[in-house]
Amino acid sequence: MSAATPLTLSARNLIRRSGRRELVHGISLELRHGEVLGLLGHNGAGKSTTLQMIAGALTPHSGQIEICGFDLVRQPDQAKACIGFLPENPPLYRDMRVNDYLVFVARLRRVAPGRIADMLAQAMQRCGLQEVGPKIIGTLSKGYQQRVGIAQAIIHAPDIVILDEPTVGLDPAQIRDIRALIRELGDAHSVILSTHLLDEVESVCDRVEIMQDGRLIYSGSSDDMQQYGDGKMKLEEVYIRITENHVSEEQPQ
Amino acid sequence: MIRLIALKELRSLFAAPSTWLMLGALQFIFAWLFLVRLDAFLQVQAQLAQVANAPGATQAVAAPLFNVLALILMMLTPIFTMRLLAEERRNQTLALLLTAPISATHIVLGKFFGLLLFLALIIVSCTAMLLTLAAGTQLDLGLVLGNALGLLLLAAAYVALGLYISALTVQPMVAAVGALAALSGLWLVEISAAGSENNWQMIAPTSHFHNFNVGLLNSVDATYFLLFSIAFLLLTIRRVNNNRIYG
Repeated sequence: MSAATPLTLSARNLIRRSGRRELVHGISLELRHGEVLGLLGHNGAGKSTTLQMIAGALTPHSGQIEICGFDLVRQPDQAKACIGFLPENPPLYRDMRVNDYLVFVARLRRVAPGRIADMLAQAMQRCGLQEVGPKIIGTLSKGYQQRVGIAQAIIHAPDIVILDEPTVGLDPAQIRDIRALIRELGDAHSVILSTHLLDEVESVCDRVEIMQDGRLIYSGSSDDMQQYGDGKMKLEEVYIRITENHVSEEQPQ
Repeated sequence: MIRLIALKELRSLFAAPSTWLMLGALQFIFAWLFLVRLDAFLQVQAQLAQVANAPGATQAVAAPLFNVLALILMMLTPIFTMRLLAEERRNQTLALLLTAPISATHIVLGKFFGLLLFLALIIVSCTAMLLTLAAGTQLDLGLVLGNALGLLLLAAAYVALGLYISALTVQPMVAAVGALAALSGLWLVEISAAGSENNWQMIAPTSHFHNFNVGLLNSVDATYFLLFSIAFLLLTIRRVNNNRIYG
């Protein structure tokens, strides 16, 4: 990714505590237009907290987030209009119909009334929801609910799409479709996603950041990550080696 | 944005069968009380005719029923306010609102007006029922409308308090019990302080509704309701903002 491509997201020194425990210690992230960034890490590494801070659902205790040039704290409305966010649990109103829900979200995100019908049709087509439009969300299967979750994140064509474990609960065919969708989104928007699945990183991400205990311990393209293991190891082994090396650096014997 | 959220609340209320059941039951109970009250009035009407300055039908039938409706609202409002924010937090849908380009004020006012509109429908339908008295007698329209206005202000105060308690917890049930406890606590303050010298009853919304009930429009009462509602709405906005800080 060339340095000339505009920066869509820049987060500096994010710190978030829960009580006395620091969940996220000074994370800095940058994302350029048309880039797909994968956030890897064990459970409890602070991935979801970081994504929630970037999306504006949580306020960092210190640090600064700039989205498309807008400061998330000082100009929250402009900044948030550039974001589409899918949290770990898709924020679905289970008693609403898929169509009604997506229209509600589009209006909530200030899509111009004249464009709503187009945006709705586009998001539903991209997420393969055409057949379930009139159904009530609570009656859909987990996979379809996840797709509705993704549709609500992209319906207003945001500059940055933030996806927290987007392929959880999907069957292999759906996972393939969603990955293709993320790739497609990566062409016109910036995408940041968290995942445990290493083949997901390999197939969709341009760049990888690995988090452990609230810190970034590795940053590079997914090809770099291959080279870390001399090009012979599987990505999984590389990942385990990186995280284990980090632990031994932290606690010298 | 406020309107968008208010309409969404209203629509999700009417999408639930329990709402219709509750509305139906309420109309039935209210109609029954109306009938009983009317029957009692008709029995003493002959004697009342001999008394100078006797209460008319509005005063003897409609006003007491508005008082009953005020009590019903006290028990009904917590059932509706409990969902407003507690359920959003439990189902983790609050993230959708928090990450949308709207402020906490929009979220809170949207929910407040959505439910207030719904309660206004209840008040209007009950008032319409009482207006059928006009078929048989001359009504004191001023008293009826004053009562309806008083009830609307009372409902606003109840919704604001219920909304705040709903913002404090993740469990809708806890929000319902909490709001009911707070509202009946305020009511009990009024009852136990009534007749005594002190002014404790002034903190209870029901005591301020009483003036509307007897046909007295006092700016003090209206101001009380407005301040009460605004205070709790501000607290709720603060709480929703704190949600971002404390998670």
